[in-house]
Amino acid sequence: MMRPLALVERLLQLVPVLFGIALVVFLMMQATPGDPVELMLGDALATPEQREALRRDMGLDRPLPERFLLFLGDALTLDFGQSFHHRRPVADVILERLPATIELTLAAMVIAIAVGVPLGVVAAVRRDGWIDRLATILGLAGVSMPGFWLGILLILLFSVQLGWLPVSGRIGFSGEVPPVTGFLLIDTLLAGRPQSFLEALRHLLLPAVTLGLAMAALLMRVTRTSMLEALRQDYVTFATAKGLPRRQVLIRHALRNALTPTVTVAAIETGTLLGGNMIVETVFGWPGLGRLVVEGIFTRNYPLVQAAVLLYAVTYVLLNLAADILQTVLNPKVRL
Amino acid sequence: MSAQAVERETLEPAAAPARPPVGSPLSAELGELLANRTALLSLLVVLAVAAIALFAPWIAPHDPYEANLLRRLQPPVWLEGGEWTHPLGCDQLGRDILSRILFGARVSMTIGLLVVAIAAVIGTTLGLLAGYLRGFVDILIGRIVDTLLGFPYLIFAIGLMAAMGPGLANIVLALVLKEWVLTCRVARAETLAAREMDYVEAARALGASPARIMLGEILPNILSPVLVVATFRMATIVILEASLSFLGLGVQPPIPSWGSMVADGRAFLLDAWWVATLPGVAIFVLVLAINLASQGLRDAFDPRLRA
Repeated sequence: MMRPLALVERLLQLVPVLFGIALVVFLMMQATPGDPVELMLGDALATPEQREALRRDMGLDRPLPERFLLFLGDALTLDFGQSFHHRRPVADVILERLPATIELTLAAMVIAIAVGVPLGVVAAVRRDGWIDRLATILGLAGVSMPGFWLGILLILLFSVQLGWLPVSGRIGFSGEVPPVTGFLLIDTLLAGRPQSFLEALRHLLLPAVTLGLAMAALLMRVTRTSMLEALRQDYVTFATAKGLPRRQVLIRHALRNALTPTVTVAAIETGTLLGGNMIVETVFGWPGLGRLVVEGIFTRNYPLVQAAVLLYAVTYVLLNLAADILQTVLNPKVRL
Repeated sequence: MSAQAVERETLEPAAAPARPPVGSPLSAELGELLANRTALLSLLVVLAVAAIALFAPWIAPHDPYEANLLRRLQPPVWLEGGEWTHPLGCDQLGRDILSRILFGARVSMTIGLLVVAIAAVIGTTLGLLAGYLRGFVDILIGRIVDTLLGFPYLIFAIGLMAAMGPGLANIVLALVLKEWVLTCRVARAETLAAREMDYVEAARALGASPARIMLGEILPNILSPVLVVATFRMATIVILEASLSFLGLGVQPPIPSWGSMVADGRAFLLDAWWVATLPGVAIFVLVLAINLASQGLRDAFDPRLRA
């Protein structure tokens, strides 16, 4: 277990990183072309006085460092201003789209772990067998295939050719249920409509597989490597010599130790899924945060893009922290 | 092992002590590479794509920009309605898909090579400085590295592209700004190990200046892990460029890029599947070949890392 002091230390290390991230995001948006006031006004007519007032309101008349501090303060209170396009607070717009993205990301994670880890274990145990070869091919293909292309191939096969799964969206009109949590898999069950639940699941399957495949490939490779390593250790030889059943040796002794790096990579890769979201949500018309950001870029909705990039980065950093903490829980030898 | 350490192990070669500069004849390593058939074949594929990129105007059967609405969505030759004049069919404007794919190699190869090369130079320089000088320089570079590592790659690139606007130079800039971090970490770790070696100690005792030691003694000995990482990273860069172009944030039309060709074809999936899928094959083949070739390079040049 972790010493409390070490945890505090690790948390303190986050401060400069988060500060740096906020600075980078702030500077990124300073580099955008065009006058934010004009963007905000859009086609609306305004007198020069009104423009000046808006400029003051947005804090644009102050020097850069001061504006950064204002931005930092706003970010800490989750106040990201108005979304140009929606005429509503950015935080509200993001919150509304977040459940769809989280649902998709979690589903992709589940698929990646359910496919990657067992395949990695079997590939290591039956080294050079046909499953190992298959896993090697899957591993290479998984990391070499661009997500958007894989998504399109899956749509062509399962939606266009076979007609088994829907092409896009989260659920059909008929299946809609009143939003409670925003997670359709939960809301449909809460509404007591198993038919809608199945429909939501059918919509979720292809995007989740598309998003999860690269992570599955990576988890497979990491699990295979660490499992091979574990199988070479003395305690495994000893457990086998003691006459323990093979299954018990593999699972209780080898796998338990081999899983530590897998867990870490899984946590880190979830961050990569966040980026993949933008692609997959675009391909499958998934109404989540990723698509919102991509649309926001084209409508020059900079407050929204800025807030989303910051949110993604902070989530990523926190996932890394979670991975570090998980390490110490799984492996008492690791100290923070 | 901390999370970062595990990440490094999966993405980059582990940082083992740099070897002393005793006989590591290049010919032996090249020989090993040539003996590895998969790697050799993959290397040939990568070189072929590079050649296609260079000579696209002479190889391509048609002008990649020439639209002919009479040939709109014409199928490839093996489907009904296809013709040998346009072996892979035509896109929504009646442009020859084969020619556009051949020209698309230019964008992928140019950006892949430029980003990897520039990032390797910046990353190695900063990594050398951080690892050898330690102290304030190390802390400063470390802070920047940690901050940049806090961004998921695609998010960082998308944010920058949104700010700077699309275009080839901007893609290179957006990707380099994040990419150098990985090389920097490898170079720093290798430098940290190398600076404790006897040959560096000897150079120092002989009165060599820090610049001399870094460039003359340490650099040659950390180059091979850095190069191995760089070749692996090129695969990722090609995918990232394609992804940005797919989202419409990369190279702008009408310049053919594989990612934007796939995006254009999406609207016609139902009646003309070839428009969106065929350029994707090109991305897949190139990325797969880079991955396999760099595995071979790693095995030949960095035997410590062999599984």
